[in-house]
Amino acid sequence: MSMNNQGRPSQPGVAQDNELPTISGDRGLDLEARLIFEIGRGGVTGVDLPDVKVDDTRLGGVRRKDAVGLPGLSEPEVIRHYVRLSRQNYAIDAGLYPLGSCTMKHNPRLNEKMARLPGFGDLHPLAPRSATQGALALISELMNWLTTLTGMPAVAMSPKAGAHGELCGLLAIRAAVEARGEKRGRILVPESAHGTNPATAAFAGFTVDEVPAKPNGHVDAAALKAKLGPDVAAIMLTNPNTCGLFEGEIVEIAKAVHAAGAYFYCDGANFNAIAGRVRPGDLGIDAMHINLHKTFSTPHGGGGPGAGPVVLSERLAAYAPLPLLVSDANGFRLIEDRDELPAGAKPFGRMCAFHGQMGMFVRALSYMLSHGRDGVRQASEDAVLSANYILASLKDVMSAPFGEGPCMHEALFDDTFLEGSGVTTLDFAKAMIDEGYHPMTMYFPLVVHGAMLIEPTESESKESLDRFIAVLRGLAEEAKAGKRERFDGAPRYAPRRRLDETAAARKPVLRWKPDPLPQAAE
Amino acid sequence: MRYLPLTPDDRRVMLAKIGAPDIDALFRDVPREAVVPLSAFDLPETKGELEVDRALSKMAAKNVAAGAVPSFCGAGAYKHHVPSAVDHLIQRSEFLTAYTPYQPEIAQGTLQVLFEFQTQVALLTGMEVANASLYDGSTATAEAVLMAQRLTRRPKAILSGGLHPHYAETVETVANLSGTVIRTPVTPGAAEDIAALIDNDTACVVVQSPDVFGLIRSLRPIADAAHAKGALLIAVVTEAVSLGLLESPGAQGADIVACEGQSIGNGLNFGGPYVGLFAAREKFLRQMPGRLCGETVDASGKRGFVLTLSTREQHIRREKATSNICTNSGLCALAFTIHLSLLGEEGLARLARLNHARASALADRLACVGGVELVTPSFFNEFTLKLSKPAAPVVDALAAKGILGGVPASRLMPHEAKAQNLLIVAATETNTDDDFAAFETALKEVLA
Repeated sequence: MSMNNQGRPSQPGVAQDNELPTISGDRGLDLEARLIFEIGRGGVTGVDLPDVKVDDTRLGGVRRKDAVGLPGLSEPEVIRHYVRLSRQNYAIDAGLYPLGSCTMKHNPRLNEKMARLPGFGDLHPLAPRSATQGALALISELMNWLTTLTGMPAVAMSPKAGAHGELCGLLAIRAAVEARGEKRGRILVPESAHGTNPATAAFAGFTVDEVPAKPNGHVDAAALKAKLGPDVAAIMLTNPNTCGLFEGEIVEIAKAVHAAGAYFYCDGANFNAIAGRVRPGDLGIDAMHINLHKTFSTPHGGGGPGAGPVVLSERLAAYAPLPLLVSDANGFRLIEDRDELPAGAKPFGRMCAFHGQMGMFVRALSYMLSHGRDGVRQASEDAVLSANYILASLKDVMSAPFGEGPCMHEALFDDTFLEGSGVTTLDFAKAMIDEGYHPMTMYFPLVVHGAMLIEPTESESKESLDRFIAVLRGLAEEAKAGKRERFDGAPRYAPRRRLDETAAARKPVLRWKPDPLPQAAE
Repeated sequence: MRYLPLTPDDRRVMLAKIGAPDIDALFRDVPREAVVPLSAFDLPETKGELEVDRALSKMAAKNVAAGAVPSFCGAGAYKHHVPSAVDHLIQRSEFLTAYTPYQPEIAQGTLQVLFEFQTQVALLTGMEVANASLYDGSTATAEAVLMAQRLTRRPKAILSGGLHPHYAETVETVANLSGTVIRTPVTPGAAEDIAALIDNDTACVVVQSPDVFGLIRSLRPIADAAHAKGALLIAVVTEAVSLGLLESPGAQGADIVACEGQSIGNGLNFGGPYVGLFAAREKFLRQMPGRLCGETVDASGKRGFVLTLSTREQHIRREKATSNICTNSGLCALAFTIHLSLLGEEGLARLARLNHARASALADRLACVGGVELVTPSFFNEFTLKLSKPAAPVVDALAAKGILGGVPASRLMPHEAKAQNLLIVAATETNTDDDFAAFETALKEVLA
């Protein structure tokens, strides 16, 4: 048995706790995959390339002397390896994926096909203007969709994900504050906010001041107003909020924020609940990122890539980062140089190289064109309807802190119903895995004890929702009855049992290393 | 609408269960003045797949794909051949439509890929640890500078004039908030004396090799100079394939490596999504940004993988996190890992040699054209030419002849007088001898 560099045994599929152990370590369709470093060897490759020789004359004296240490594998081995690995993943294509706040909706395959058209997928970012008119036209059309749906005058397209969009919005706010000759160093963030909000505020050089939530799950508007002052640059508010509730006092809050000379940043992670019905621009918002990988269904890809364009109000539009997209008689053009700026533009800087997540832009526009304005609105309504249906169907057996409803696109439960059962939120979630479901978001938002946040999205049929509800009812009833078999040690039927996260963090093994050579016997 | 499974009957039954008279009742918390009718949105209605395909294909056809013509654009994004297996595998539902692996028992596929990715990145860069990816090379560079400022508790970052200007601007945008950023003047085709600028306030020196002009820089003397003053060396690589032929930044003394991984496994995509590779010395682990995947065991003793050391991260640490990053570039990292697995040691070495050989052949050929001078004595697969005319109109004229003839340096540094006539040209394994001949002929005509 090989050992990892912390001295722990390192081999897949060594132990089998139930049923008859197999000789191979695999079990039927449960196929294990070793690391590529354990399969690969010298003398084989999966890519045929000519073996050309090069001399060192133009290599600046830094030609590589040592091997990289990469394993060699043929194409069939690589395919088999990654197909086996893929089968150890849950996916929205395989089942309901109710991760609250993450919006795991259907990913249409047309969008994948469109993003791979050579005119988009094989287009160089610095190709001459004449070669990129179609791409710039697509970005312009997507911008029009985003500004129209949000009722905002401008949008910065380059942020690469939601948190990057937050940073873009706060840097625009910082620039606007400085342009007024003011110093405002504080940002108000509700305690129910996504972790990215306070992290971004700190990243952008602000201090974070937390605003409490009220017992009804809404931000405490009075406490928020009391914290406003001449040193507050902005508030960051998620709406609908992370408890799945629409902040009904938002217009009042915006007015108070503006009266105090501050700006209103809205975390748009939950825009999918209101797209096509409510325009954030009408609510007094100054900046909001839109996660194209949530609301507009670009695939999450196991953790990205995303895209986080930021819509901006009139007060912030001038500070949008480079590059800027403009059009004139000769077509579209990217402005990348401060000397060519249109009148009034004062970009705060640049978020990244090139012009943003084009591959995600194509997918998002494909989604929008497919849905149309009517489909976007229907999708929002169906997402809200499905979440309320789950809330109404489960609140008698599970505990919903704000169960009188209605909720928006996600239904929030807490662990009150598990009290005295010995079953925790974590156990409950892991038991869902054995039932064939990805667990909901757990222990978030932080303002609710043992939170379970369920977001079904608009992509589930009623039959699928009913089945999910029946399973959760069954689990809740067993937990409350003290039948712990399904919960203790769950999951049983996943590719792995519960993993030891403490050991992983205490003595981290973050990469494969070859076994040290055995010491020669004296 | 084909993506929406609920029927009008379903919706009625569900509303009845909820006890709501209509859908509007579910939106009752929304202030009345904020609810708008559908007609408020001046946007089209639902379209079928065929119509959308037609509309977008029409837009795509107005662009000139790199593979459609002889194409020599680089400067931070490179056209390479991506084996068919890569795109097939990354489109498997289980990879494409999974979320960040928060439930490791049912996300071992993604997690093991990340573990393999981290290992490959560490090996390639010659570093001890790598994270599970950042957005791209430019944001990885910015994160590296912030990390160096935290580690050294010093304010100043010195950026080499050879750093891609977009990268430098990305760094300035965030690192000026927490310190000061100094950019050294550009020296096309020549080294610079950056060591002389390092002082006791310097957190890091940021050096790109091959640099934005393609010049290969030896990092070791700069690493020694930085370390002598207690500063860190951040090495930036925009062409990951170069690491197959050049000594790794780690072997040359770099402390942090920020690298654009697009070249391996990922298409040009007009600039994104790409994948940021981020690697560092193990002693800096606790200050690293981004996700980390680690090996562990499950309750039955089987090896498994989890996201780990998350006390550095925003969802645990909030305003004290090392970065605000959440979603990163998982699927692009997967593409990188699969492509590099296919290449292996021998494949990567051959690919790197082939790129250098192609670029050398093209450089020799173009240097013979009247009015053209090669200004980069060393290079990997990209070099810079000094033309007898401003390069930007030359590139436009070449485009009119059906050649994407590289990137004019003035596009990246418009105010740099000495950059006006410089043309940055890349050649990879995808360029044929016919491409070279066409380029040479067209360039002769344009410069004549």
